[in-house]
Amino acid sequence: MHRQEATHRSLEHAEPTLVSDTNEIDIDAPDEPLALPLDGWHRARGARMVPFAGYQMPIQYEGIMAEHLWTRESAGLFDVSHMGQLILSGEGVEAALEKMVPGDIAALAEGKQRYSLLLAEDGGILDDLMITRAPMGLYVVVNGAVKWDDIAHLREYLPDEITISHLEDRALLALQGPKAVDALKRVVPGVDRLFFMEASSFLWGLEPLWISRSGYTGEDGFEISLPAEHAAEFADLLCKEPEVKPIGLGARDSLRLEAGLPLYGHDLDPATDPVEGDLSFAISKRRRAEGGFPSADRILKALAGGAARKRVGLSVEGKMPVREGALLFAGADVVGEVTSGGFAPTVNAPIAMGYVATAHAAVGTTLEAEVRGKRVAVSVTALPFVPHRYHRKGAAQ
Amino acid sequence: MTRYFTDEHEWIDVDGSTATVGITDYAQGQLGDIVFVETPEAGKKLTKGGDAAVVESVKAASDVYAPVSGTVTEGNPALADDPALVNSDPEGEGWFFKLTLDDPSQLDGLMDADAYKAFVAGL
Repeated sequence: MHRQEATHRSLEHAEPTLVSDTNEIDIDAPDEPLALPLDGWHRARGARMVPFAGYQMPIQYEGIMAEHLWTRESAGLFDVSHMGQLILSGEGVEAALEKMVPGDIAALAEGKQRYSLLLAEDGGILDDLMITRAPMGLYVVVNGAVKWDDIAHLREYLPDEITISHLEDRALLALQGPKAVDALKRVVPGVDRLFFMEASSFLWGLEPLWISRSGYTGEDGFEISLPAEHAAEFADLLCKEPEVKPIGLGARDSLRLEAGLPLYGHDLDPATDPVEGDLSFAISKRRRAEGGFPSADRILKALAGGAARKRVGLSVEGKMPVREGALLFAGADVVGEVTSGGFAPTVNAPIAMGYVATAHAAVGTTLEAEVRGKRVAVSVTALPFVPHRYHRKGAAQ
Repeated sequence: MTRYFTDEHEWIDVDGSTATVGITDYAQGQLGDIVFVETPEAGKKLTKGGDAAVVESVKAASDVYAPVSGTVTEGNPALADDPALVNSDPEGEGWFFKLTLDDPSQLDGLMDADAYKAFVAGL
């Protein structure tokens, strides 16, 4: 028996933080997988550990299917401490960062969080990230696999008077699921006042935690930044709540795929721009009018006139999973490629995400994917596959 | 009937010149939740060490190699509707395919149950 391809990855975006402790920036990326603060905690709970993004991380505990379904109906605790937590600060930091991202950062009020994209000069996506205005500056969470590249890029393009603090001594936990709020508010009173994409500091005993209401599963939930030295104790407390179980990277990947959320390095990369990536929502209204981000002219032209290709969801006929790398055909012509795919536990069928030529990107378009030399029927489907259940301000609850 | 095991975590039940092949309990545990199995069709010629079947978990697809050469007589039809049989009964109802052996001497050198148990214990 031999694995055809390594297929677990999973990342996330998300969250906010605080800043009291900062470290010098270390530009050297690690070569050997490193241990995260909760390494021993995961192993003690029976996690199967795999190398991911430069760290040993838990791929699963009791099983991906059970963990996925538990998160959708109750609450799952994810360790996402591999992600980079940064604070950008200094006079004019908003304007400086806006030269690199297409979001309206200047308008971000304190405690508000925004999804954005770090763009290369040619408009390609270097990373997707979360930006929050915190008391100490802009709190930025970037993907673990590219955090060292992000830091180097930010340092190169931000003016010298902007300080980048990499919060390497903080852990990041995500509590996701419809019952996450019930469990977390017992441990950290007051978190239920946050709405989706809001963040604030909360006291846990004497310890300030930076908590946002956000995540990478499509469910309501929170992301919690805290000192690494307290992470195990905090994770233990959460897991004592009856709603909460620890969840691995495997379910994180299947949950985000069902939620239609792209995974950097797979669904997004430097050869993809925001319009192709179907992330035009991340180009804020003011920035559409003013430009001023990398390759703004070209990207705004594509926004108005359409891109040559587009990221879409794909429903798969039958039971055979269609995975990353599968080519997509319209008749004899290759019209696209799958960038993420697998079995979706909540949908109870295989699903996929990929890029197709715009002429074939309309919902309902039937295509074929090639898997091991065989053709499988797929159809372009609206994202997400499973409806988001965020706790939005102003929405009917 | 004699059961043999391979270091690729397959089992083979041999009865005369016919054999039934599946993956071991250890293998299913490593793979996790099985969501799809592609079994070979009757009449297909398999070569020892060549691709014989594909088993897919939530997270990945894995090849199952032919432990011996032979001609497939049947793929397990039950796996099409219920691939999770490989998790629940890997060394019974979750078998993959049956074949007619080309060369029974290829069984020499495969492990018996005790040897396989020791092999897994050493992993």
